[in-house]
Amino acid sequence: MKHSSLMKWFVSREGLYYLALAFLLVVLLPLTLDSFRLNMVGKYLTYAFVAIGLVMCWGKAGILSLGQGVFFGLGGYCMAMFLKLEASTPEATAIQSTPGIPDFMDWNQLTELPWFWEPFHSFSFTLLAVIGVPVLLAFVIGIAMFTRRVGGVYFAIITQAIAAVLTILIIGQQGYTGGVNGITDLQTLMGWDIRTDEARNILYFICVGMLFLCLFAARLVQNRKLGRILVAMNAQEMRVRFSGYDVAAFKIFVFCLAAAFAGIGGALFTLLVGFMSPSFIGIVASIEMVIFCALGGRLSILGAVYGALLVNAAKSGFSESFPELWPFAMGALFIGVVLAFPDGLAGLYKSYVMPLENKVFKRNKSKTAPVATRQTAEKVDDYSPMNDTYSPEKS
Amino acid sequence: MFDGYTSSELMSIFAMQGFAGLSLFSVFVLMALGLAIIFGQMGVINMAHGEFMILGAYTTYLTSGFFQSYLPGLFGGYFFVAMILAFFICAALGALVEWLMIRHLYHRPLDTLLATWGLSLIMQQAYRSIFGAREVGVDLPEWMMGAIPVTDMVDLPINGVFVMIIALSVAVGVYLLMYRSGYGKKVRAVVQNRPMAEAVGINSAGIDRATFALGCGIAGIAGAAFTMIGSTGPSSGQAYIVDTFLVVVFGGAQSLIGTIVSAFGISQAQSTMEFFLSGSMAKVLTLLVVIGILMIRPEGLMALKVRR
Repeated sequence: MKHSSLMKWFVSREGLYYLALAFLLVVLLPLTLDSFRLNMVGKYLTYAFVAIGLVMCWGKAGILSLGQGVFFGLGGYCMAMFLKLEASTPEATAIQSTPGIPDFMDWNQLTELPWFWEPFHSFSFTLLAVIGVPVLLAFVIGIAMFTRRVGGVYFAIITQAIAAVLTILIIGQQGYTGGVNGITDLQTLMGWDIRTDEARNILYFICVGMLFLCLFAARLVQNRKLGRILVAMNAQEMRVRFSGYDVAAFKIFVFCLAAAFAGIGGALFTLLVGFMSPSFIGIVASIEMVIFCALGGRLSILGAVYGALLVNAAKSGFSESFPELWPFAMGALFIGVVLAFPDGLAGLYKSYVMPLENKVFKRNKSKTAPVATRQTAEKVDDYSPMNDTYSPEKS
Repeated sequence: MFDGYTSSELMSIFAMQGFAGLSLFSVFVLMALGLAIIFGQMGVINMAHGEFMILGAYTTYLTSGFFQSYLPGLFGGYFFVAMILAFFICAALGALVEWLMIRHLYHRPLDTLLATWGLSLIMQQAYRSIFGAREVGVDLPEWMMGAIPVTDMVDLPINGVFVMIIALSVAVGVYLLMYRSGYGKKVRAVVQNRPMAEAVGINSAGIDRATFALGCGIAGIAGAAFTMIGSTGPSSGQAYIVDTFLVVVFGGAQSLIGTIVSAFGISQAQSTMEFFLSGSMAKVLTLLVVIGILMIRPEGLMALKVRR
């Protein structure tokens, strides 16, 4: 029973969208790109984690966080701290005045490992921290903000200020965090060299796997009652509150979920790129993450993945050939997406490609089973990348 | 952190850092006033506000160059011409932006935030292409150089005092405009009850455009004043935007007095702590305290009491 329903989902239209994305990421790109480019795609995909979180948080629940880079960075720094400790064995750092601590600490005249670095000797603790630290911070911020009914623009500004604070803190506390250079020169993960092409390819596939796990988790949330409440909260917060739901709890939950996704993305980023620095945390980086989500379509979790891929690919393309044009393109993208197509690529897909698809699907269905499956066919057709029919405009 | 200082030394330190904080205060007030008008009165987040300020600064830079080459005799007064020019250029651009972009987004405040961020990226890159990535400075006219000695230990630089005078006179001007003029009455009517204001014949779209232009124009004046105490680069505006937003939110979005009070508090806290801690830690602490207070009191220091 369970098995057959899973099969049915895979041949449904929604399942096909997921299969198409899986085909693109698992088969098409690895076959056509060399190892260097594939690693870059992997890097873009780590931003897709953040974008999926933003779809849940901003698109569905209407909470715009301009500080997602904070959670991305915390996840990334947790992983980087573990890798750095592994790279700083007493043998490898014998030339330092204090062997066995990371090189930047030695440069800053630290003589012992700070206490908060100690637990990162353990890999299992690190894995826990990659999700736990961002979620904990999100939880604290969420409790403070949402129970006091701070929302909308205020929340956006305060999260942005938090991104600013964390960046300044990391840059200022050079001895503890590596400063503006970040944590660099990461070599092995549990003795496995992550800098070889082979290792990077494997990490790419791990990244794709994790991405699909997150996509399914997000899908699980959005298709439940929980997801409906989030959307309802965005449209009519008061009515949801008066219906007896604890609005703040739902907001805290979705904000923590987005933080968890961002943390996972950050950790994978560190593994794929081999370093972590405050430039991926700050205000500019955080607000760019919003555009990944906005371009893909703020209501579509699959769209977010495409958005992250496209914007980052365009960014690398422009920066390689016309670096001075990129800010113009990025700025135009922000303005264009917001003014002309607020539902992003998913919205365009829905209005231009879907009608064609509908024709194809209808024809197939009528050929194979004209009457009996009519109802199921229509039910399947109900799915759209937009998922919901409400408009994001608040009255 | 006060160990090792005598009380008279501490007094002098506070006085000195307090005066140093006043120039930061002036910049905050000038930027935050424009922002507070736009955000408080219209609910629009203008992320490009810093770039409007920089436009004013570049206007001043060009004007000073023009006076140096063509009117060297009048160089002492170029700043006033530059300030007026900066106001009108920024206001004109602001009106254009409102017409092209903002007016379509009034019902989606979070989207204006993203769109104006896009605008700020474009403006920054435009400055970089036109003026180069390096920071530029202007030559101060002679009467603005030097310092006024107040006590043996404390000197007040004239340019800092001058900028503060500008900041305060702009604040007074805005107050008069908002609370003592027909235009201000209309603005406040639209803020408090848009449909009713429209029903009594106020052209609310026109008020919106004028208000946005006014806010941008004040940013232009802020930029002109900014050149007196610092040099200008393409991304100087972005460095101030988060602080300024916090100033506005902290003060209470619709309260001009609150904006000034919070600008004073934040700039003084930052400048005093800078002496005892490193610059970055002072900033972190200030921002954290502000965020903490905002969590306890989300409506800001002085909130407008409105029945909803």
